Amino acid sequence: MTTLAPADACADAFEAVRRTAPAPDSVVDLRRRAFERFTALGVPTTRLEAWRFTNVAPIASTAFTLAAPAEREAAKADTAPHALPGVGAGLTFVNGRYVAPASDVSALPAGVEVLSLADVLAADANDTRTAVESHLASGAGIENEAFTALNTALLHDGAVVRVPANTVVEEPIQLLFITSPPPGGEPVMTHPRVLLVIGENAQVRVVESYGGGDSPYLTNTVTEVIAGPSAVVDHYKLVRESLSAYHIGAMHVRLSRAANFSSHAVTLGGAIVRNDALALLDGEGVECTLNGLYLANGRRLVDNHTTIHHAQPHCSSHELYKGVLDGEARAVFNGKIIVAIDAQKTDAKQTNKALLLSEDAQINTKPELEIFADDVKCTHGATVGQLDEDALFYLRARGLGLEQARSVLIHAFAGDLLNHIAIEPIRDQLDELLLAQLPGSGGGSFHVEG
Amino acid sequence: MLEVTNLHASVAGRGILRGIDLSVKAGEVHAIMGPNGSGKSTLAAVLAGREEYEVTAGSVTYDGRDLLEMEPEERAREGVFLAFQYPVEIPGVNNAYLLKAALNEVRKHRGEPELDAMDFMALVKERMQVLHIDQDLLKRPVNEGFSGGEKKRNEIFQMAVLEPQLAIMDETDSGLDIDALRTVSAGVNAMRSPERATLVVTHYQRLLNYIVPDVVHVLSNGRIVKSGGKDLALELEEKGYGWIEGVAEQVGA
Repeated sequence: MTTLAPADACADAFEAVRRTAPAPDSVVDLRRRAFERFTALGVPTTRLEAWRFTNVAPIASTAFTLAAPAEREAAKADTAPHALPGVGAGLTFVNGRYVAPASDVSALPAGVEVLSLADVLAADANDTRTAVESHLASGAGIENEAFTALNTALLHDGAVVRVPANTVVEEPIQLLFITSPPPGGEPVMTHPRVLLVIGENAQVRVVESYGGGDSPYLTNTVTEVIAGPSAVVDHYKLVRESLSAYHIGAMHVRLSRAANFSSHAVTLGGAIVRNDALALLDGEGVECTLNGLYLANGRRLVDNHTTIHHAQPHCSSHELYKGVLDGEARAVFNGKIIVAIDAQKTDAKQTNKALLLSEDAQINTKPELEIFADDVKCTHGATVGQLDEDALFYLRARGLGLEQARSVLIHAFAGDLLNHIAIEPIRDQLDELLLAQLPGSGGGSFHVEG
Repeated sequence: MLEVTNLHASVAGRGILRGIDLSVKAGEVHAIMGPNGSGKSTLAAVLAGREEYEVTAGSVTYDGRDLLEMEPEERAREGVFLAFQYPVEIPGVNNAYLLKAALNEVRKHRGEPELDAMDFMALVKERMQVLHIDQDLLKRPVNEGFSGGEKKRNEIFQMAVLEPQLAIMDETDSGLDIDALRTVSAGVNAMRSPERATLVVTHYQRLLNYIVPDVVHVLSNGRIVKSGGKDLALELEEKGYGWIEGVAEQVGA
C-alpha cells in the first residue's frame, strides 16, 4: 500500500464511495456538496472554540483509508465482546458494512423497518428511500462541522430505523458497529450513518454500540433522530472502542410536540472520543433528557459537547453527565442551552460532575447559556472532586480493603447514572465493565435482594 | 486484650494525646469520660487507624499484636469495631451491600465461608428485630438522609452483625432521645460476653446508666487523670469536669 497524505486519503475514499456505493441522485449530490464543505473546513484545530480543549491533530495527521470488508474469523472475534445478550433485534456492521448473517430483525412489529442504509440507497425508488432522502442531513448540517461533512461525503452504509405512528416496539433495537482492523494494523476509518424516524405516538429504544480490534482506527459516526409528536424515544450510545481508536460522533435530534426523548451516552473506551449531542425542541411540551457517563484513564481524552435548543414554550430538559478520570486522562464537558425568545416556561437543568482519581487527571467543564426568553427556569452546576476521605475510612473501618473501598465509592458515584438505564442486560453489562475497569476492583454486585 | 502504653498522638503537629495508659481485659467494659477537647475521640480514632493522627510515642497492643502497625481494614477484620460519632453518609452504596461486604471480609479473614445473600438476610433480619430497626433501612444508601438516631442505631446494628471482639463506641449517646438510647444500650449489652471488651467514649454519665462500666477513666488534656469504678461517673456528674481539671493539675505537678 502506498503512503497517502491524510487529505489524499479522504479524496480517495470519496472517489471510492462515489464509484462503488450506488445512491439516488439527491444523495450523490449531497455527498459532493459535503465533500466540498469538508475540503473547505478541514479537520478542526484548537483555534476553534468548540475544539479548544480537544486536539485532534493525531487524527488530522493520519492517512486513514476506508476500512475494507474484514476477514470473517477476525470480524467474529472483534464483534463477540460487544454483542449484548438479551437485547432483541439488531443489525451488525463490520468495518462500516452491514453484515446480514450477524443481524436479525425478524421479531419486530408489523410496519417497523430496521434496514441497512446501503440497501435502501441501492434500491429502486420506494417509500422508504423517499423518506430517507428527505430526512438525510435535515438535522445534521454539513455547513459548519467538518466531521459531519466528511461522514456525509462518504455516506454509504449505516442503519435506518422507521417506526410508524402508534407503534410500540417492546424489544430494544441494537445497532452494533465494529471495526476489525487489517492484520497489518494500517489505520482504517468508518463513517456509519444512523437515521431514526419515529412516528407520532410511537415508542422505541435504540442502542448504538461501537467497538473494535486493538489497533488505530477512526469511527466517525452521525446519527439523526426525528421524533414525531408524542413519540417516546430512548437512545443509548455505548462507546467501547479499543484504547488506540478515535471516535467522533454527532447526534442530531429533532423533537416535535410532546415528544419524550432520552439519551444515555456511555464512554468507556477510545484514545480520543468526542460525542456531540444536539437536540432541537421544536414543539410545545417536549421532554428531553441527555445523560452521560465517561470513564477515562491513561492519556485518554473524552469530550462531551451538548446543545439543547429550546425553540418552543413549555419544554423541559435535564442533563446529567458524570465522569471518572484517572492517570493523565482529560475530559471536556460543554453544555450549551439555548432558549429562544418564544420559549417561555422553559425548564432546563444541567449538571456535570467529575471525579478525579489522580493529581494529573483534568477536566474542562463549561456551561453555555443563551437565554432570550424572560420567564424560564434554567439551572446549571458543575462539581469536580476527589474521593471522600471520610467515606473511604468508614468503609475501611468496616473491613473493606483500600482498593475495594475506592472501587465501591467510584461505583456509587457512577451508579445513579446506571440506574437510569432501563434496559437490564445493558445495565448489567455496564455494571460489570465498570467494575472491571476500576482500579483494583473486587467485583461483585451492589444489590442485595431482601 | 488491649494494652495502651504511654500513647502520644498529634494531628497537624498539635499534640492531643500526651501519654495514655490503658489496659482492657476481655469481658470488661471501660468508659472513657472527659470534657470536650480532652482527646476522647482522638483516642478512638487512633485505635481505629485514622491516618490524620500521627502517633508520636507509645504503643498499643491488641491480642498481643502491634495494633498501630495494622491498616484500618486489618484491625476491623481482627475484630476491632469503631462506632462512629459522626457516621459518614455514602450516597449510592446501599446499607445491605456494605454490611454483607464487611461481614464477608471478616469471615474470610477468620477462614469461614462467605455468606450468600439468603444466609446473610436471615442473619440480618434477626439482628434487626432485636434492635427495632426497620427493614427498609437495609435498602437505603449508607446513612444518607438518616436521622441522628437512625445513624447511631445503624452503627450498633452493624456491630451486632459483625460481632467484634473489641467495640469502641465514640459518643454513641450524643443526639439520642431516651428511647433510642435504650435501644442502643440494649444492643451493646446484648453483645457483652467474657470474650469481648467494650470501650465507651462519652461526655455524659447518662449512657452509663444503661451500659454499666466495670472501669471509668477520666481523660483531661490528653491524659487519663483518674480511674475508678462506675461510681466515678456519678461523682463526675455531680461535681462537673471542673473538679477533674483540679485533679489534672495535681497529676501534672
